[in-house]
Amino acid sequence: MLVRYEYIEFLRGNSMQKTKQERSPDIESHYRRMKDKTLMRLFILPTLVLLISINVFPLVWSLFLSFSQYSAKMVNVWGKNPEMIGVANYRQILSDPEMWVKFITTAKYVIMSVAGEMILGFGLALLLQLNFRGKGLVTTLLVLPMTMSPVIVGLMWKLFYDPNWGMFNFLLGLGRIDWIQDPARNLYSIVIADIWMWTPFVMLLSLAGLGAVPKYLYEAAEIDRASWWFKFSRITLPMISPILMLALIFRIIEAFKIFDLPMGITGRGAMAPPLLAMHLYNVSFVTWNTSIGSSLGYIMLVMVVAITLILVKYLNKAKQ
Amino acid sequence: MKRAFKWSGIVMLILCLGAVYAFASGKKPAEEQFITIHWAQWAPSDYLEKLSEGFTAETGIKVIVEQTPWETFVQKYNTEMIARSDAWDIIVGDSQDIGNMAVNGHYLELTDWIKEKGVDKTFTPASLTYFAEYPKGGERYYAVPCEGDALGWAYRKDLFNDSKNKADFKAKYGYALGVPKSWDNLKDIAEFFHKRPGQTDDPSKEFYGISIYGDNGYDSLAMFAEQVIWSFGGELGDYSTYQVDGLLNSKGSIQGIEYYHELFKFTPPGFGDAFYVKANDSFTAGIVPMTCNYFAFFPALSNEATNPFAEDTGYFPCPPQKGYDGKVRQFAALGGQGASVVTYSKKQDLAFQWLDWFIKKDTQMEWARLGGYTCHAEVLESGEFLNAAPYNPAFKTSMEIFKDWWACPEYDELLRTFSQTIADYVIGGKGTAEQALNKCTDQWAEIFKRAGYYD
Repeated sequence: MLVRYEYIEFLRGNSMQKTKQERSPDIESHYRRMKDKTLMRLFILPTLVLLISINVFPLVWSLFLSFSQYSAKMVNVWGKNPEMIGVANYRQILSDPEMWVKFITTAKYVIMSVAGEMILGFGLALLLQLNFRGKGLVTTLLVLPMTMSPVIVGLMWKLFYDPNWGMFNFLLGLGRIDWIQDPARNLYSIVIADIWMWTPFVMLLSLAGLGAVPKYLYEAAEIDRASWWFKFSRITLPMISPILMLALIFRIIEAFKIFDLPMGITGRGAMAPPLLAMHLYNVSFVTWNTSIGSSLGYIMLVMVVAITLILVKYLNKAKQ
Repeated sequence: MKRAFKWSGIVMLILCLGAVYAFASGKKPAEEQFITIHWAQWAPSDYLEKLSEGFTAETGIKVIVEQTPWETFVQKYNTEMIARSDAWDIIVGDSQDIGNMAVNGHYLELTDWIKEKGVDKTFTPASLTYFAEYPKGGERYYAVPCEGDALGWAYRKDLFNDSKNKADFKAKYGYALGVPKSWDNLKDIAEFFHKRPGQTDDPSKEFYGISIYGDNGYDSLAMFAEQVIWSFGGELGDYSTYQVDGLLNSKGSIQGIEYYHELFKFTPPGFGDAFYVKANDSFTAGIVPMTCNYFAFFPALSNEATNPFAEDTGYFPCPPQKGYDGKVRQFAALGGQGASVVTYSKKQDLAFQWLDWFIKKDTQMEWARLGGYTCHAEVLESGEFLNAAPYNPAFKTSMEIFKDWWACPEYDELLRTFSQTIADYVIGGKGTAEQALNKCTDQWAEIFKRAGYYD
């Protein structure tokens, strides 16, 4: 600490020798505290400025815009663009039947993809508890999908699904089924790709959780001649439920705002599944209806926060 | 030791901040003279960069053509302009975006410059209207026609001239198989070839009737739809009064959209997202007898390296059509872009130097030779241009029949709503053409009302 104090004094133009001689230990201590704080503030300042300018300000500004009529594309004229219109944007969004179709489609997507990932991911983690040759290699290979860029995964699956030359139909012997543009199927095509990509994430977390379950619990159960199901339901599941809940929270948040995968697979056209994040993009950056986009963004934020709070409550219960 | 560590920490911090500042300010060495042109990622951008080497040789000013994929092209330059960025000195922007750019002051007004340089006399009047003028008829210009383009057709001459195909077609439809003389004729040909056996060397390949756009992410579906609407006697609306009711949902428009829906049934599977790539790919794969695409993509079809049927490929412009009122109309959807000087550019003098050079007849002739589509009237008429490529005569005709989408600042919202409602019917088969157009008419009227055009 003394070194920092000396250094500050040096910066102020006082020689270190002189400072040491002139200041009493009490004053030194006082200066040291003051200067520590100053230095701390100096180091925090750039981060704080960045955080406020690229995070807090846009958040506040978009909240303001959500209560106005505004297009970022048009010239700013106060009173006209933006024009304050109260909660009209929220009313318009929530009273639009087509918007509710988007909410429902997104909910379907979240439920299907997250359920698939949780079941498969946990199942794979249980299988990887077994000892077999090449276990390390298999684990590494299984993890590979989640290390790829979602856009690349989307474009890759688009090629797989192509009804004319794609491998998906060919391997499953399904003929020329259109998985990309047929509205009856294309939501499932994104769900499949999402499960393929993010199951390893659940698997990794589950593996970590399973590895942390104390072995003596199983040994004690073995002594009591407990069945496999008993051990699973009374030891494994309760012990790893906090980490499974964590995986569930992460995946629900991610799946709720999914954008890159559908953008890669179906694009943002009229035949694409009506997912909220895709609609948000179209409203904000294709038709430049910035204020409606801001309102929708806030509705999505509130929904994600609400879901997360409920799940965190359950997570805390699971921890206890 | 600790002191040295702290000193080096401070020095590193200062260096990092300095580097960030230098990077953000983006200052280049004073002696390096260059301009940056922003355009979409496609072959004409490469041609423009090649063409501009001549400008660099004359003036020493380097020209960088920055390319953005079509999918995000318009979004990218709009975002940059909103931020008043000086990243580009010239934007070769979409024709329908001219109103937005002019109204919001992102492009410099070039009216005086265009008149002074005689561009209004040397370039075709239609190209100047659609690529440069806003509002239409207002004689205020914001661009120089750069890449003239329109939707046109390529077809397989070998299949059209095949004696069995000719005989079977004549027997079924009662007239000779050939380059379509009407849109009805074109649909007959598509129907005739759809799933017709013996049209490919590989029997495992299915053959289909036609390749047309289906993608509705940007403007592809809308561009095909508008040309059939106009050809069947419909309208997108009145560009001067913004009236849409009775025009967009008129009998001619309904017939045009119904026609599009019928024609779409003869495309290969998965064509709901077909844009220029799929349009060309299906043709070069030998699974369709004809494809509709922008002329800018036809050089790939006349090249044997990229099209095995290049020798047997012919080209024709959009055919005429007798409308419900008995009147014959012929229209093609406009593509292409104009070059505009960015208001926020710090090198406007260099940008104007480049424009001065670009509008010269010799430059325009070279532009055409490289594969660019000139709008220079004299060059277009010249024998050299007409004989330079097999599709150039069809292009010349298309330049006489083209028409464009709305150019007002709200064009993108109109495009989005139109694409959504029309695709639901044309591709998805939901409802009827009349319902789709009525829905779109209501949405458009609401957009215009909100924008204040009816005040």
